[in-house]
Amino acid sequence: MDKTWNNRAWFMVLPVLALVAFNAIIPLMTVVNYSVQETFGDNVFFFEGVIWFQQVLNSDRFHAALGRQLTFTFTILAIEIPLGVAIALAMPRRGFWVSVCLVLMALPLLIPWNVVGAIWNIFSLPDIGLLGRVLNSFTHYNYTREPGDAWFTLILMDVWHWTSLVVLLAYAGLQSIPDAFYQAAKIDGASPWAVFRYIQLPKMKRVLIIAVLLRFMDSFMIYTEPAVLTGGGPGNATTLLSIDLVKIALGQFDLGPAAAMSIIYFLIVLLLSWIFYTVMMRGEGQQ
Amino acid sequence: MGLTWMAWTWQTATFFGVIALLLVAMTVWEFASPGGAPRRGVLGIETTRGDRLFISLLGSAFIHLAWLGLVGPDLWWALGLSLIYAVAVFRWV
Repeated sequence: MDKTWNNRAWFMVLPVLALVAFNAIIPLMTVVNYSVQETFGDNVFFFEGVIWFQQVLNSDRFHAALGRQLTFTFTILAIEIPLGVAIALAMPRRGFWVSVCLVLMALPLLIPWNVVGAIWNIFSLPDIGLLGRVLNSFTHYNYTREPGDAWFTLILMDVWHWTSLVVLLAYAGLQSIPDAFYQAAKIDGASPWAVFRYIQLPKMKRVLIIAVLLRFMDSFMIYTEPAVLTGGGPGNATTLLSIDLVKIALGQFDLGPAAAMSIIYFLIVLLLSWIFYTVMMRGEGQQ
Repeated sequence: MGLTWMAWTWQTATFFGVIALLLVAMTVWEFASPGGAPRRGVLGIETTRGDRLFISLLGSAFIHLAWLGLVGPDLWWALGLSLIYAVAVFRWV
Protein backbone atom coordinates (compact mmCIF):
# COMPACT_ATOMS: atom_id res chain seq x y z
CA MET A 1 0.00 0.00 0.00
CA ASP A 2 1.35 3.39 -0.96
CA LYS A 3 1.07 6.01 1.69
CA THR A 4 0.74 9.63 0.69
CA TRP A 5 3.40 11.66 2.40
CA ASN A 6 2.60 15.27 3.08
CA ASN A 7 5.58 16.98 4.57
CA ARG A 8 3.85 20.34 4.77
CA ALA A 9 2.61 19.35 8.21
CA TRP A 10 6.17 19.90 9.41
CA PHE A 11 5.60 23.66 9.14
CA MET A 12 3.19 23.30 12.08
CA VAL A 13 6.17 22.29 14.19
CA LEU A 14 7.99 25.56 13.52
CA PRO A 15 6.67 27.46 16.59
CA VAL A 16 7.80 24.63 18.88
CA LEU A 17 11.14 24.60 17.12
CA ALA A 18 11.55 28.33 17.79
CA LEU A 19 10.75 27.76 21.47
CA VAL A 20 13.16 24.84 21.75
CA ALA A 21 15.80 26.92 19.99
CA PHE A 22 15.60 29.52 22.73
CA ASN A 23 15.45 27.21 25.74
CA ALA A 24 17.66 24.36 24.56
CA ILE A 25 19.59 24.78 21.33
CA ILE A 26 21.05 28.26 21.93
CA PRO A 27 22.12 27.46 25.53
CA LEU A 28 23.62 24.19 24.29
CA MET A 29 25.55 26.05 21.58
CA THR A 30 26.85 28.42 24.23
CA VAL A 31 28.00 25.48 26.34
CA VAL A 32 29.85 24.08 23.31
CA ASN A 33 31.50 27.48 22.82
CA TYR A 34 32.51 27.62 26.48
CA SER A 35 33.93 24.10 26.36
CA VAL A 36 36.82 25.10 24.10
CA GLN A 37 37.73 28.30 25.92
CA GLU A 38 39.03 29.63 29.21
CA THR A 39 37.53 32.67 30.89
CA PHE A 40 38.32 34.72 33.96
CA GLY A 41 35.09 36.66 33.73
CA ASP A 42 34.26 39.98 32.06
CA ASN A 43 33.30 38.18 28.85
CA VAL A 44 36.94 37.73 27.91
CA PHE A 45 37.68 34.29 26.46
CA PHE A 46 40.87 32.49 25.44
CA PHE A 47 40.75 29.62 22.98
CA GLU A 48 42.07 26.38 24.48
CA GLY A 49 41.04 23.71 21.95
CA VAL A 50 40.07 20.29 23.27
CA ILE A 51 42.18 20.49 26.43
CA TRP A 52 39.19 20.53 28.80
CA PHE A 53 37.69 17.46 27.20
CA GLN A 54 41.00 15.65 27.58
CA GLN A 55 41.24 16.76 31.18
CA VAL A 56 37.72 15.57 32.04
CA LEU A 57 38.12 12.25 30.19
CA ASN A 58 41.32 11.47 32.06
CA SER A 59 40.19 12.71 35.46
CA ASP A 60 39.68 10.19 38.25
CA ARG A 61 37.18 12.54 39.78
CA PHE A 62 34.93 12.33 36.70
CA HIS A 63 35.30 8.54 36.45
CA ALA A 64 34.34 8.16 40.10
CA ALA A 65 31.31 10.46 39.76
CA LEU A 66 30.21 8.63 36.60
CA GLY A 67 30.59 5.29 38.39
CA ARG A 68 28.47 6.53 41.29
CA GLN A 69 25.90 7.91 38.89
CA LEU A 70 25.56 4.63 36.98
CA THR A 71 25.36 2.67 40.23
CA PHE A 72 22.65 4.96 41.53
CA THR A 73 20.59 4.95 38.33
CA PHE A 74 20.67 1.20 37.75
CA THR A 75 19.98 0.46 41.43
CA ILE A 76 16.88 2.63 41.55
CA LEU A 77 15.68 1.29 38.17
CA ALA A 78 16.12 -2.29 39.41
CA ILE A 79 14.03 -1.49 42.48
CA GLU A 80 11.43 0.98 41.19
CA ILE A 81 10.30 -0.77 38.01
CA PRO A 82 9.50 -4.22 39.52
CA LEU A 83 8.16 -2.64 42.71
CA GLY A 84 5.98 -0.22 40.74
CA VAL A 85 4.56 -3.03 38.61
CA ALA A 86 3.92 -5.16 41.71
CA ILE A 87 2.05 -2.34 43.48
CA ALA A 88 0.03 -1.59 40.32
CA LEU A 89 -0.95 -5.28 40.12
CA ALA A 90 -2.00 -5.26 43.77
CA MET A 91 -4.17 -2.16 43.44
CA PRO A 92 -7.95 -2.65 43.12
CA ARG A 93 -9.30 -2.38 39.58
CA ARG A 94 -12.63 -0.74 40.46
CA GLY A 95 -14.59 0.63 43.38
CA PHE A 96 -14.08 3.18 46.11
CA TRP A 97 -10.50 2.20 46.94
CA VAL A 98 -9.26 3.04 43.45
CA SER A 99 -9.41 6.79 44.10
CA VAL A 100 -7.91 6.39 47.57
CA CYS A 101 -4.99 4.41 46.18
CA LEU A 102 -4.46 6.83 43.31
CA VAL A 103 -4.41 9.86 45.61
CA LEU A 104 -2.00 8.13 48.00
CA MET A 105 0.22 7.18 45.08
CA ALA A 106 0.18 10.69 43.61
CA LEU A 107 1.14 12.38 46.90
CA PRO A 108 4.93 11.92 46.76
CA LEU A 109 4.93 13.21 43.17
CA LEU A 110 3.32 16.47 44.25
CA ILE A 111 6.05 17.39 46.71
CA PRO A 112 8.73 19.75 45.37
CA TRP A 113 12.12 18.10 45.02
CA ASN A 114 13.97 20.26 47.52
CA VAL A 115 11.23 19.63 50.08
CA VAL A 116 11.62 15.88 49.55
CA GLY A 117 15.33 16.29 50.26
CA ALA A 118 14.62 18.34 53.38
CA ILE A 119 11.98 15.88 54.64
CA TRP A 120 14.36 12.94 54.32
CA ASN A 121 17.24 14.94 55.73
CA ILE A 122 15.33 15.49 58.96
CA PHE A 123 13.49 12.15 58.90
CA SER A 124 16.81 10.28 58.75
CA LEU A 125 18.84 12.31 61.24
CA PRO A 126 20.45 9.73 63.55
CA ASP A 127 19.64 11.54 66.81
CA ILE A 128 16.26 13.23 66.28
CA GLY A 129 14.84 11.81 63.02
CA LEU A 130 12.19 9.09 63.20
CA LEU A 131 13.92 6.78 60.71
CA GLY A 132 17.35 7.46 62.22
CA ARG A 133 16.18 6.73 65.76
CA VAL A 134 14.37 3.54 64.78
CA LEU A 135 17.32 2.24 62.77
CA ASN A 136 19.71 3.13 65.56
CA SER A 137 17.80 0.97 67.97
CA PHE A 138 18.71 -2.07 65.82
CA THR A 139 22.03 -1.16 64.31
CA HIS A 140 24.49 1.67 64.03
CA TYR A 141 23.15 4.19 61.50
CA ASN A 142 24.44 7.63 60.65
CA TYR A 143 23.94 8.86 57.10
CA THR A 144 25.94 12.01 57.68
CA ARG A 145 29.07 9.99 58.49
CA GLU A 146 28.81 6.52 56.90
CA PRO A 147 28.90 6.30 53.07
CA GLY A 148 26.87 3.07 53.09
CA ASP A 149 24.15 4.67 55.22
CA ALA A 150 24.12 7.75 52.97
CA TRP A 151 23.57 5.55 49.91
CA PHE A 152 20.87 3.57 51.69
CA THR A 153 19.02 6.78 52.58
CA LEU A 154 19.48 8.26 49.11
CA ILE A 155 18.08 5.18 47.36
CA LEU A 156 15.24 4.83 49.87
CA MET A 157 14.34 8.49 49.27
CA ASP A 158 14.31 8.09 45.49
CA VAL A 159 12.26 4.89 45.70
CA TRP A 160 9.78 6.67 47.99
CA HIS A 161 9.57 9.68 45.70
CA TRP A 162 9.41 8.06 42.28
CA THR A 163 8.01 4.52 42.50
CA SER A 164 4.57 6.18 42.37
CA LEU A 165 5.24 7.36 38.85
CA VAL A 166 5.91 3.80 37.71
CA VAL A 167 2.82 2.63 39.63
CA LEU A 168 0.56 5.20 37.98
CA LEU A 169 1.88 4.45 34.49
CA ALA A 170 1.70 0.67 34.97
CA TYR A 171 -1.78 1.01 36.46
CA ALA A 172 -2.94 3.01 33.44
CA GLY A 173 -1.58 0.21 31.23
CA LEU A 174 -3.41 -2.43 33.29
CA GLN A 175 -6.71 -0.52 33.21
CA SER A 176 -6.65 -0.54 29.41
CA ILE A 177 -6.88 -4.37 29.28
CA PRO A 178 -10.46 -5.41 28.44
CA ASP A 179 -12.13 -7.94 30.76
CA ALA A 180 -12.48 -10.36 27.84
CA PHE A 181 -8.76 -11.11 28.03
CA TYR A 182 -9.05 -12.21 31.68
CA GLN A 183 -12.18 -14.24 30.94
CA ALA A 184 -10.42 -16.04 28.10
CA ALA A 185 -7.47 -16.75 30.37
CA LYS A 186 -9.82 -18.15 33.03
CA ILE A 187 -11.50 -20.45 30.51
CA ASP A 188 -8.08 -21.70 29.43
CA GLY A 189 -7.17 -22.30 33.06
CA ALA A 190 -4.15 -19.98 32.88
CA SER A 191 -2.07 -19.58 36.03
CA PRO A 192 -1.64 -16.10 37.57
CA TRP A 193 1.93 -16.11 36.25
CA ALA A 194 0.74 -16.90 32.71
CA VAL A 195 -1.84 -14.10 32.93
CA PHE A 196 0.91 -11.71 33.97
CA ARG A 197 3.42 -12.92 31.41
CA TYR A 198 1.17 -13.16 28.35
CA ILE A 199 -1.59 -10.60 29.01
CA GLN A 200 -0.62 -7.95 31.53
CA LEU A 201 3.08 -7.52 30.74
CA PRO A 202 2.66 -7.18 26.95
CA LYS A 203 -0.18 -4.70 27.48
CA MET A 204 1.97 -2.67 29.88
CA LYS A 205 5.00 -2.71 27.59
CA ARG A 206 4.50 0.72 26.05
CA VAL A 207 3.85 2.53 29.32
CA LEU A 208 6.75 0.67 30.93
CA ILE A 209 9.04 1.89 28.15
CA ILE A 210 7.99 5.44 29.01
CA ALA A 211 8.43 4.72 32.73
CA VAL A 212 11.94 3.30 32.29
CA LEU A 213 13.00 6.16 30.01
CA LEU A 214 11.60 8.85 32.33
CA ARG A 215 13.11 7.28 35.43
CA PHE A 216 16.41 6.71 33.67
CA MET A 217 16.79 10.26 32.42
CA ASP A 218 15.50 11.85 35.63
CA SER A 219 17.68 9.76 37.90
CA PHE A 220 20.72 10.25 35.70
CA MET A 221 20.30 14.02 35.96
CA ILE A 222 19.15 14.07 39.60
CA TYR A 223 20.48 17.04 41.54
CA THR A 224 18.15 18.66 44.05
CA GLU A 225 17.27 15.74 46.31
CA PRO A 226 20.79 14.41 46.97
CA ALA A 227 22.14 17.97 47.14
CA VAL A 228 19.69 18.77 49.96
CA LEU A 229 19.93 15.35 51.64
CA THR A 230 23.68 14.76 51.71
CA GLY A 231 25.22 17.60 49.68
CA GLY A 232 27.33 14.92 47.99
CA GLY A 233 28.83 13.73 51.24
CA PRO A 234 30.11 12.24 53.43
CA GLY A 235 33.32 13.13 51.62
CA ASN A 236 32.44 12.49 47.99
CA ALA A 237 30.46 9.32 48.65
CA THR A 238 27.22 10.54 47.09
CA THR A 239 28.64 13.15 44.70
CA LEU A 240 26.71 12.25 41.57
CA LEU A 241 27.57 13.75 38.18
CA SER A 242 25.27 16.76 38.44
CA ILE A 243 26.49 17.63 41.94
CA ASP A 244 30.09 17.41 40.77
CA LEU A 245 29.22 19.55 37.75
CA VAL A 246 27.70 22.27 39.91
CA LYS A 247 30.74 22.18 42.18
CA ILE A 248 33.04 22.72 39.19
CA ALA A 249 30.90 25.32 37.41
CA LEU A 250 29.61 27.41 40.30
CA GLY A 251 31.86 26.45 43.20
CA GLN A 252 35.18 26.71 41.39
CA PHE A 253 33.88 28.86 38.48
CA ASP A 254 35.79 26.63 36.04
CA LEU A 255 33.41 27.24 33.16
CA GLY A 256 35.57 25.56 30.50
CA PRO A 257 35.98 22.17 32.23
CA ALA A 258 32.37 22.35 33.45
CA ALA A 259 31.14 22.94 29.88
CA ALA A 260 33.26 20.06 28.57
CA MET A 261 31.90 17.83 31.33
CA SER A 262 28.31 18.89 30.54
CA ILE A 263 28.74 17.89 26.92
CA ILE A 264 30.18 14.50 27.81
CA TYR A 265 27.36 14.08 30.36
CA PHE A 266 24.78 15.07 27.71
CA LEU A 267 26.23 12.61 25.18
CA ILE A 268 26.10 9.77 27.72
CA VAL A 269 22.44 10.54 28.53
CA LEU A 270 21.65 10.71 24.81
CA LEU A 271 23.43 7.42 24.06
CA LEU A 272 21.90 5.48 26.95
CA SER A 273 18.41 6.85 26.24
CA TRP A 274 18.74 5.88 22.60
CA ILE A 275 19.93 2.38 23.50
CA PHE A 276 17.10 1.91 26.01
CA TYR A 277 14.53 3.16 23.53
CA THR A 278 15.86 1.11 20.61
CA VAL A 279 16.16 -2.12 22.60
CA MET A 280 12.69 -1.76 24.09
CA MET A 281 10.99 -0.72 20.84
CA ARG A 282 12.56 -3.65 18.99
CA GLY A 283 9.93 -5.83 17.39
CA GLU A 284 7.24 -3.22 18.09
CA GLY A 285 6.84 -2.77 14.32
CA GLN A 286 5.51 -6.27 13.67
CA GLN A 287 2.87 -6.18 16.40
CA MET B 1 21.59 42.50 21.32
CA GLY B 2 25.12 41.37 20.69
CA LEU B 3 26.20 37.77 20.66
CA THR B 4 29.33 38.27 22.76
CA TRP B 5 27.76 36.39 25.67
CA MET B 6 27.66 33.28 23.50
CA ALA B 7 31.45 33.43 23.20
CA TRP B 8 31.58 32.25 19.58
CA THR B 9 34.80 30.99 18.03
CA TRP B 10 35.22 30.21 14.35
CA GLN B 11 35.93 26.59 15.22
CA THR B 12 32.64 26.04 17.01
CA ALA B 13 30.79 28.10 14.38
CA THR B 14 32.21 25.79 11.70
CA PHE B 15 31.12 22.77 13.75
CA PHE B 16 27.50 23.96 13.96
CA GLY B 17 27.63 25.16 10.35
CA VAL B 18 28.60 21.65 9.20
CA ILE B 19 25.75 20.10 11.19
CA ALA B 20 23.29 22.61 9.71
CA LEU B 21 24.64 21.87 6.23
CA LEU B 22 24.26 18.14 6.86
CA LEU B 23 20.58 18.67 7.73
CA VAL B 24 20.06 20.77 4.60
CA ALA B 25 21.90 18.17 2.51
CA MET B 26 19.70 15.40 3.94
CA THR B 27 16.59 17.39 3.00
CA VAL B 28 17.84 18.01 -0.54
CA TRP B 29 18.79 14.33 -0.87
CA GLU B 30 15.32 13.23 0.26
CA PHE B 31 13.68 15.58 -2.27
CA ALA B 32 16.00 14.53 -5.09
CA SER B 33 15.70 10.78 -4.48
CA PRO B 34 13.17 9.83 -1.82
CA GLY B 35 14.34 6.84 0.18
CA GLY B 36 13.37 7.72 3.72
CA ALA B 37 11.28 4.59 4.29
CA PRO B 38 12.53 2.52 7.22
CA ARG B 39 14.67 -0.52 6.48
CA ARG B 40 16.23 -3.23 8.60
CA GLY B 41 20.01 -3.45 8.65
CA VAL B 42 22.77 -5.35 10.43
CA LEU B 43 21.68 -4.12 13.88
CA GLY B 44 18.23 -5.64 13.37
CA ILE B 45 16.51 -2.33 14.00
CA GLU B 46 14.41 -0.28 11.62
CA THR B 47 16.15 2.92 10.57
CA THR B 48 15.34 5.79 8.26
CA ARG B 49 17.98 8.03 6.69
CA GLY B 50 17.51 10.50 9.53
CA ASP B 51 18.08 7.74 12.09
CA ARG B 52 21.26 6.76 10.31
CA LEU B 53 22.48 10.37 10.40
CA PHE B 54 21.73 10.45 14.15
CA ILE B 55 23.59 7.16 14.71
CA SER B 56 26.51 8.48 12.64
CA LEU B 57 26.73 11.77 14.54
CA LEU B 58 26.36 10.21 17.99
CA GLY B 59 28.87 7.50 17.13
CA SER B 60 31.30 10.10 15.76
CA ALA B 61 31.07 12.05 19.00
CA PHE B 62 32.05 8.96 20.96
CA ILE B 63 34.81 8.04 18.48
CA HIS B 64 36.29 11.52 19.03
CA LEU B 65 35.96 11.25 22.82
CA ALA B 66 37.53 7.80 22.83
CA TRP B 67 40.40 8.99 20.64
CA LEU B 68 40.94 12.00 22.88
CA GLY B 69 40.86 9.95 26.06
CA LEU B 70 42.86 6.95 24.88
CA VAL B 71 45.22 8.23 22.16
CA GLY B 72 45.73 11.98 22.17
CA PRO B 73 44.58 15.38 21.00
CA ASP B 74 45.34 14.80 17.29
CA LEU B 75 41.73 14.46 16.25
CA TRP B 76 42.13 14.33 12.45
CA TRP B 77 42.51 10.55 12.71
CA ALA B 78 39.31 10.39 14.75
CA LEU B 79 37.56 12.48 12.08
CA GLY B 80 38.73 10.08 9.37
CA LEU B 81 37.56 7.11 11.42
CA SER B 82 34.19 8.82 11.98
CA LEU B 83 33.73 9.37 8.24
CA ILE B 84 34.42 5.68 7.56
CA TYR B 85 32.02 4.79 10.38
CA ALA B 86 29.34 7.11 8.94
CA VAL B 87 29.66 5.61 5.48
CA ALA B 88 29.37 2.13 7.00
CA VAL B 89 26.27 3.17 8.97
CA PHE B 90 24.58 4.62 5.89
CA ARG B 91 25.49 1.53 3.87
CA TRP B 92 24.67 -1.32 6.25
CA VAL B 93 22.63 -0.20 9.27
